[in-house]
Amino acid sequence: MDIELILNSFPKLLSASVTTLKLLSVSMIIGLFIGLFFAIMRIKNNIFLGKLAYAYSYIFRGTPLLVQIFIIYYGFGQVEYIRESFLWVILKEPYWCAIIAFALNTGAYTSEILRSAFQTIKPGFIEAGKSLGVPNKIIFYKIQIPIAIRQSLPAYGNEIILMLKGTSLASTVTLMDLTGVAKFIISTTFKPIEVFIIAGSIYLFITFIIHNLIKALEKKYSF
Amino acid sequence: MELLLFGKTGWGDELLIATLMTLAVSIAAMFIGFIFALIFTPLKLSKNKFLNIIANFYTTVIRGVPELLVIYLFFFGGSSAIMFVASVFGYNDYIEINAFITGAFSIGIISGAYSTEVFRGAIQSIDKGQFEASNVLGFNKVTRFYKIILPQMLRLSIPNLSNVWQITLKDTSLISVTGLVEIMRQSYIAAGSTRDPLLFYTVAAVLYLILTFLSMKIINKMEVKYNKGY
Amino acid sequence: MIKKFSIGLLFSLFLTISANADKIRIGTEGAYPPWNSKDASGKLIGFEVELAWALCRYIGQQCEIVEQDWDGMIPALQMRKFDAIMAGMSITDERKKVITFSQGYADEVASLAVMKGSDLEGMDTPEGINLSLGGGSVNKALKTLTGALAGKTVCTQTGTIHQNFLESGDVGKVNVRTYKTQDDVNLDLASGRCDVALAAAVAFTDYAEKSGKPVILVGPTFSGGAFGNGVGVGLRQASQLGGTLGERDAQLLNKFNKAIDQARKDGVISRLAIKHFGFDASM
Repeated sequence: MDIELILNSFPKLLSASVTTLKLLSVSMIIGLFIGLFFAIMRIKNNIFLGKLAYAYSYIFRGTPLLVQIFIIYYGFGQVEYIRESFLWVILKEPYWCAIIAFALNTGAYTSEILRSAFQTIKPGFIEAGKSLGVPNKIIFYKIQIPIAIRQSLPAYGNEIILMLKGTSLASTVTLMDLTGVAKFIISTTFKPIEVFIIAGSIYLFITFIIHNLIKALEKKYSF
Repeated sequence: MELLLFGKTGWGDELLIATLMTLAVSIAAMFIGFIFALIFTPLKLSKNKFLNIIANFYTTVIRGVPELLVIYLFFFGGSSAIMFVASVFGYNDYIEINAFITGAFSIGIISGAYSTEVFRGAIQSIDKGQFEASNVLGFNKVTRFYKIILPQMLRLSIPNLSNVWQITLKDTSLISVTGLVEIMRQSYIAAGSTRDPLLFYTVAAVLYLILTFLSMKIINKMEVKYNKGY
Repeated sequence: MIKKFSIGLLFSLFLTISANADKIRIGTEGAYPPWNSKDASGKLIGFEVELAWALCRYIGQQCEIVEQDWDGMIPALQMRKFDAIMAGMSITDERKKVITFSQGYADEVASLAVMKGSDLEGMDTPEGINLSLGGGSVNKALKTLTGALAGKTVCTQTGTIHQNFLESGDVGKVNVRTYKTQDDVNLDLASGRCDVALAAAVAFTDYAEKSGKPVILVGPTFSGGAFGNGVGVGLRQASQLGGTLGERDAQLLNKFNKAIDQARKDGVISRLAIKHFGFDASM
């Protein structure tokens, strides 16, 4: 163990975790909307839209995140008409490529979580609303969505942690997140074990915080 | 398209072999994960606080740290650890551990942490009365575990183990540092060599989808089979 | 039955923990053409792969070439995944702190590259600069480069002499973007995500030739200083270990040095260099 290396690299890794957290929060927020959108497509009684939403979730859950990020970054980067289109403004930046891949990935999982939450809502809640003469739209927004979100909190908490780990793949498209900086330090010091242990501890600490935040939310919104 | 042909100039045969390699390393990792899970599940359920801490440390760390880091740590740390253990036993020569084993173990450690949680959940959902009944019938702890708990645990675990299998299968895309030529590494090499990343990464995605699709079919069949009689 | 058989077969195939002390294992990347790369049948090819086999014949020992990602190359050597590195690795003081090198076997210059039409084309610098020599013309060239690279995204492979140079401050504070392999650098140079890239000059000419993309070299060629003293075989430092293992590592250094001497004398290195680089890069 090289104590000096550990002391030297800790602050660098700590500041890199800001990038990791940024990637995580931006892609989780976008992913939540994508997930909600596709979950609603699944529960509405339109077969075509339902199948489309299912195909999206199946493809993104059935392939590794690394493949997805590589297709978006390296794959699309080589296609001339993408480079000449307006899309290139976004796809040119590694940061946005990573965000797109992460958001689409987490969106697929989130849509599954929300869909099953919607489906487990007791019909009684909706009927009660109807018998009180509440319009369908309001039932949906004021009853179904809040209950679904509460139901999905534990599973969604897991998803946030899975995505936190997923952000480490940003380093494969040149981003200097926690893992990227760890790899950079290793490329000059050639001491992988020490550096990865510190980086791992920081990830673990973030996981711990997320875990407890979700627990607190679950408590606050328990029925 | 001719890039995907079989033979000397195409990458078709290489990709096929790589797909089989992904499958083989996933199965091996899942198997290694089971061994880890069978060790750590009893520790998790044990009444001994110290054993609990060990098992919780394992599952928390592995599930809270990016797979890429676990793989790197195992790749670099694992072989030094083995060298060290060997030198304690007086063996001071080269030890060569091939890429397959390194890959399978690094994913197996991850897979094992998830399997442990699944097994723990399954055991906890077994009716308490069965434990009592087996005590009344005079079974000892070992017989109780193998004859009563284990078969039920496995049956109850199948739905969640299919998730673990999917995680394991997809995590094998991250072991390129070990040098094992699975789908992802082969596509990476082909993309670099032919300068056509879109084609090869899309093919990789399709290959993973086929593997997921086929394995889910098999798992669903298993579920139906083992749920007969319930 | 079939299940049992295939599981048994699988394990006998893969669970081989071998300990063959006589075999020299050489690590290479397989993604840095023309130094080392892979063909469509998955076989390792390139200058260093052929040279490795030639050197092994001179040494008279069995060899095995092991594929290893660049970012894990030196750690993997230290962890004994293999015994020697032949991966276009330049001999630098920084690396000498952790490993040792044989004498150099080949040397070629580094260069910047851009896509045709870049505003960096026609930069007014000398044809080549040697950073070890220093002096007025070198300083003037570095100053020109500092101005030209300001605000540009400069791409290079992680953990290389090229990255070290870009981050040394010799050309000011540059916006460096690093990639796992040179192949990836090439892809992003062509896509336009990189304004300019830095690598071995041959890596770019090889890419331009094979891809047909209008990649052109700009600015001076670089040597000396951060660019090291040629490419050699990377080996473990024997002093760190001592004992039989340390002794074996020390012997390996001698064996490689002798083999390189002989290969040079017989013209093998020159011949292979001309075959793969198009010019005599041997040293």
